[in-house]
Amino acid sequence: MIPLQTQSTLPDWAALAPAILLGLTALTLFLIDSIDPNDESPSLLAGVATLGSVLAMVVTGWYLVAGTGMPRTGGAIELFSGQLVVDGMSLFFTFIFTSVTALVTVASYDYLSGRPNQAEYYALVLLAATGMSVMASANSLATAFVALELSSLPSYGLVAYLKNDRGSVEAGLKYFLIGAVSSAVLAYGISLVYASSGALQLDAVAEALSMGIQNTGVLGVGILMVAGGFAFKTASVPFHFWAPEAYEGAPAPISGFLSSASKAAGFVLAFRVFVTAFPLEVVAGTIDWTLAFTVLALVTMTLGNFAAATQDKVKRMLAYSSIGHAGYALIGIAIVTGTANQGYALGASMLHLFVYGFMNTGAFLFVALVEYWGVGRTFEDYNGLAKQAPVACFAMTIFLFSLAGLPIGGGALSKWALLSATASAATLSAWLLAAALIVNSALSLFYYSRVVKAMWIEEPAGDFEVSSHPTGLYAAVVGAAIVTFLLLPAFGVVSGTAFDAAAALF
Amino acid sequence: MLVELLIVFALMAAGLVLLAPDEYAGQFAAVLSLVPVGVSLWMYSVFDGTGNALLSGGQPAFETMASWITLGPYAINWHVGLDGVSMPLIVLTTILTTLAIVSAWTPIDERESQFYGLVLFMQAALIGVFSALDFLLWFVFWEAVLVPMYFLIGVWGGPRRKYAAIKFFVYTNVASLVMFVGFFTLVFGLGDSISTLGLPAIAQALNAGQLGSVAGFSPDVIKLAAFVALFFGFAVKVPVVPFHTWLPDAHVEAPTPVSVLLAGVLLKMGTYALLRFNFTMLADIARANATYIAIFAVVSVIYGALLALAQQDLKRIVAYSSISSMGYVILGLIAFTPHGVGGATFQMVSHGLISGLMFMAVGVIYNETHTRMIGDMSGMADRMPVTAGVFVAAAFGYMGLPLMSGFAAEVLVFMGAFESTTIPAAPLFTGIAMFGIVIVAGYLLRAMQKTLFGPFRLETDYDIGRAPLQDVAPLFVLLALVIALGVAPDLFYRMIQDAVFEVTALGLGGGA
Repeated sequence: MIPLQTQSTLPDWAALAPAILLGLTALTLFLIDSIDPNDESPSLLAGVATLGSVLAMVVTGWYLVAGTGMPRTGGAIELFSGQLVVDGMSLFFTFIFTSVTALVTVASYDYLSGRPNQAEYYALVLLAATGMSVMASANSLATAFVALELSSLPSYGLVAYLKNDRGSVEAGLKYFLIGAVSSAVLAYGISLVYASSGALQLDAVAEALSMGIQNTGVLGVGILMVAGGFAFKTASVPFHFWAPEAYEGAPAPISGFLSSASKAAGFVLAFRVFVTAFPLEVVAGTIDWTLAFTVLALVTMTLGNFAAATQDKVKRMLAYSSIGHAGYALIGIAIVTGTANQGYALGASMLHLFVYGFMNTGAFLFVALVEYWGVGRTFEDYNGLAKQAPVACFAMTIFLFSLAGLPIGGGALSKWALLSATASAATLSAWLLAAALIVNSALSLFYYSRVVKAMWIEEPAGDFEVSSHPTGLYAAVVGAAIVTFLLLPAFGVVSGTAFDAAAALF
Repeated sequence: MLVELLIVFALMAAGLVLLAPDEYAGQFAAVLSLVPVGVSLWMYSVFDGTGNALLSGGQPAFETMASWITLGPYAINWHVGLDGVSMPLIVLTTILTTLAIVSAWTPIDERESQFYGLVLFMQAALIGVFSALDFLLWFVFWEAVLVPMYFLIGVWGGPRRKYAAIKFFVYTNVASLVMFVGFFTLVFGLGDSISTLGLPAIAQALNAGQLGSVAGFSPDVIKLAAFVALFFGFAVKVPVVPFHTWLPDAHVEAPTPVSVLLAGVLLKMGTYALLRFNFTMLADIARANATYIAIFAVVSVIYGALLALAQQDLKRIVAYSSISSMGYVILGLIAFTPHGVGGATFQMVSHGLISGLMFMAVGVIYNETHTRMIGDMSGMADRMPVTAGVFVAAAFGYMGLPLMSGFAAEVLVFMGAFESTTIPAAPLFTGIAMFGIVIVAGYLLRAMQKTLFGPFRLETDYDIGRAPLQDVAPLFVLLALVIALGVAPDLFYRMIQDAVFEVTALGLGGGA
């Protein structure tokens, strides 16, 4: 393949600038730490981390606007002999990762105040983000695996960051163990795919398979195991067990980071690998992976939502609801069948993940804010919070209703896009998905509104004073709320890019 | 740009009132809400729309269109405009909002600025529902109405408000999403024949028979499935028996000014949508299934009235009688005659005014007595002669006293239904439905006789006197409007006729 030049002024490797920027920022943070390891003042660290992620976000946004790697400027840019690829989809997802990272680093400034090892914290966040943006560009099963590990390993450490908190350490351990198992599953799945195709690069796999498949059983098992590996990253059934514990035990900004960015990273990898390497018509004889994803989507969204409805702690409810949203996003890949408008379905999922990045991170950052104030963790502890902190509670209301799919945030439009995508497929499994989405939506309305009810309707139960208004956390929460709301009227700004990027993949 | 002005102004007013201090919030909101009233009346006076906004040849007034988003192959526009069906409903919305705000001055005594802010926010969404001509835009407004309503019931409602709020919320949301899927099945079935989600484009494509098969299902099956999904979605909102169970809870727990808006405007969203979608876009399916729809209508009329007959709570009586009145709307719509559909649309406005009046009158009595149970009071006319007088007038309006708007609406609906060729055995259905009036008269007369007349007795320990002017004034405004529309139904009926006439010709022989 001949690398395609997009902009005469920039070399091809510049297309990876977001990932490079994120990586360099992480290294800079290590450098700062080694020069002054005892610095307890977080301003410099948080500032550098935020600056780096914002810079990466701006560059990504600029590329998206300029059309880098998109059909209108000459198509995807392949790097390192096609190991990495930069196209609309990778940039779209990198934008999600970088903006979530920026929100999280801003919020962490207050959340971490007075805690040790802050440099490591920020560096790990940036390293994980680097791994995610490489995941978005991974174009071979080998780079996919390496990138997935690069984003996972820092995450294990981040979940266990609160070393003196038993919950945090336990969560980190559980996350690590399940992560290790699913990495092994993924690696084994990749080796089985390699055994039947003799290739690792995604398009080469598809090409080899289209020549004729020798051992269908091996390939089928391999594909299923690859899907399982991605299920871990996206917190979908059957590798979702870690999610509630990890999200609940981890520092709240990290819960937001993992449940938004890390989940999206798993999805972009799944989208690219399955659509590019295992096109349905090629692997028709072995396994119908859309059926597998349909079942996964149904089980994941139902399990996540039903479990969320029975929680009594807000953070744990958000953790389960995040599993439910993984199920929604799986719809996009579950109905990539012949009858559906494939780009439409996939684009709808991408949009949902995009909006989700803001509304879900925002919700977790609100929880971080509440933890910062020392208010308890249950729904009852949130009673009457709006009387003391109306602005933050207003923002949280936007997040929750948007998550539930009511039109005071972009979440409504992305959920409707998914729902309309099921109508476009109009197969039995699509109807099932639509029905499940409706039932789960109603259920989610019930448990999300419990938080809203606690904040606005209930009378305060205990005595607590909201004494301070931490700037960083407030800025992140309010910023995320503004973006979530603006994504309702300005949905068109991202929807076109998402559908184009999705269509370019087929 | 006038529709945008209405919506943007209501939103800005909502924001301003939210920030206003509680002491002045009510007065401030009332003053601000007079602007939409003025603008909508002015729009009414210069209204120049012709025909039905959804059908070819129709030219909505105040139409604007701007590109909003692209969703895959579909362009979604900011597309609003008013025709003879939506214009009266906009006027109804703005007037009822102002009156509801004024009637809230007495009963709402905590977190006032939030209350009035939410009411104004809901007004913006309601205006959007009645003016949007693009499906997604319309759906955004349709769902946005739920958010303020949830809070209005949940925060300021009665003892079981939390249960009522969440029931209303979940129930109507499920219905909306089912309807959404049904509609998008139609959209995808139309394939390349539409490139936008504009309601006119879709309505005309469907009526031109351009629906293709989807995933192996024939167009007729798709249409029927979509019709059922849409009908279910709207029937919950209307509500039609047996999907009505959220309504009494919501009404009884909601504070009176919210009940006024709920019965006066929110229920009309359902019938308005039925007219726009089921009876305009899928008129042939509606005609083919006229028997079943007429049964739904008649059952709602009779069953709603019987339920009202069994109630002891004045507010529940009015709430259930709304179900009955909405049944007339459905009956008029399915008749597919100019009088039927026109009368049904007129009934939407008329019922909005009369039920608002009834709820307000009950609210005024409650403000003084703190009870709504029939058994707890009698002879209220002694102490509150003005309120009692208005209550009697409103009840007669409900029963269809000539020269009041209820009479005009019901006569038109019955005439339309009687002469209908679409409903089989139309006179029979009409006859049964007319019997509903008798039951209405029965329970309203009983309620009035027990509470208003006879010797004065009150079981609660409140010192009652004449209601304050601010409580009574909205009653008189509404009563004046009810009588005005009864004397001169043409104020609205002319434009309604113009807009619905083409609808009645739809679905005959598969195209129009």
